[in-house]
Amino acid sequence: MAKRPFLIPGVDKRLLIKDSIKTMPDVTRRRFIAGGASLGALTLLTGCDVVDSSSAEEMLKSVSKFNDAVQAFIFNPDALAPTFPESAITKPFPFNAYYDLDDAPDISAADWKLEVRGLVDNKKSWTLDELHKLPQVTQITRHICVEGWSAIGSWTGTPLRDFLKLIGADTRAKYVWFQCADKDGYNSPLDMRSALHPQTQMTFKYANEILPRAYGFPMKIRVPTKLGFKNPKYVVSMEVTNDYKGGYWEDQGYNSFSGS
Amino acid sequence: MASLTVTDEQVRATKSKVIQPAWVRVMHWINALAMILMILSGWQIYNASPLFDFRFPREYTLGGWLGGGLLWHFAAMWLLMINGLAYLVTGFATGRFRKKLLPITPAGVLHDVRAALTFKLGHDDLTVYNYVQRLLYAGIIVVGVLIVLSGLGMWKPVQLYYLVMLFGDYPTARYVHFFCMAAICAFLVIHVLLALLVPKSLRAMIIGR
Repeated sequence: MAKRPFLIPGVDKRLLIKDSIKTMPDVTRRRFIAGGASLGALTLLTGCDVVDSSSAEEMLKSVSKFNDAVQAFIFNPDALAPTFPESAITKPFPFNAYYDLDDAPDISAADWKLEVRGLVDNKKSWTLDELHKLPQVTQITRHICVEGWSAIGSWTGTPLRDFLKLIGADTRAKYVWFQCADKDGYNSPLDMRSALHPQTQMTFKYANEILPRAYGFPMKIRVPTKLGFKNPKYVVSMEVTNDYKGGYWEDQGYNSFSGS
Repeated sequence: MASLTVTDEQVRATKSKVIQPAWVRVMHWINALAMILMILSGWQIYNASPLFDFRFPREYTLGGWLGGGLLWHFAAMWLLMINGLAYLVTGFATGRFRKKLLPITPAGVLHDVRAALTFKLGHDDLTVYNYVQRLLYAGIIVVGVLIVLSGLGMWKPVQLYYLVMLFGDYPTARYVHFFCMAAICAFLVIHVLLALLVPKSLRAMIIGR
């Protein structure tokens, strides 16, 4: 990545920007979506208060929903993400979050359990040892961030659809909703069709090593057909549900489908 | 009576002088709006993870933050794509592309570039494009097609992986998308400057004559 990470020595520009966006009150942030503060927008649409009002926001949201419907209509949700040879793996694979690596969840394997909730037959919690005993597969796929950068990595774990079958999940439900141990409580919903996609994985290893803290120890959900923010790390629970429960970034305005 | 006849002739004469048909004018201005929306929201998206060692000034971006920029980009893309497709189809179907943009010969381009640089390139007949115009207008259509294809590939790299393959890989498609944007911006600057230098061309794009 050809970019200068440091504006002030020791401070990552991207994180700084993300942090400052986060400190904006919700309303300000949402109004920004409508482009209210942008000179470009103002010059362009002078005299037309569409840009200043919430009607622009509503219009953009409905176009976004329309896009989802178009995608659902023309695309095959089971299409496989391209896979790559080991030589294509990006080294080092970037750490990315809205916080510093030092602030990433530091989870002790002994204390951790995966909680299972919602429309499933067996709601028992799973220890890491139990999960590690499930059959695992490896995929080398491209992780694509909503920001535009991408990186190829090697992920090993259990296909989520096998696990859902094992716990007797109602696969007619609309979503699998994941909650994570990140600070400020990361969470993200995954539509059932994507959850049942053959490449969607409960990931326990990166590059054949136990998932390091940077990439989401002890468990990450790898969805190569979705943008990176729909690939939650440090997962602590999953809930099979018909309710749309929102997500950390989804609530701030990223398209919730965000399928690639 | 006599004056009426004259008026009729005038009407006929002016009618034959239509330089830009209505469909060209309508699609031109829709495209102008769509391009500006795409460029400003695209700069917002670029700023989230810059390819080069610079960011676009915040004042010239649309959407306020990455999420807003994406919403604008994926809304304005419909305007750009539908209008662009209609323009391509009509341009080929009516023979306008063939009549206006062809032939483009290297000798003709060289001659007209030289003439332009010495300020000897005339614009007396706006219905005929000189070789520099032909090259730029044909070129920008190709760039427009490339930017849409690379953009679609980046939007749906799994579903449209063959589009990504067309450019090599995902990161390359991003660079192609960026450089097409840069080409369009360069075109825009020259295009607007020249339209201001030859105001009757701007008038023709508004009222047709």
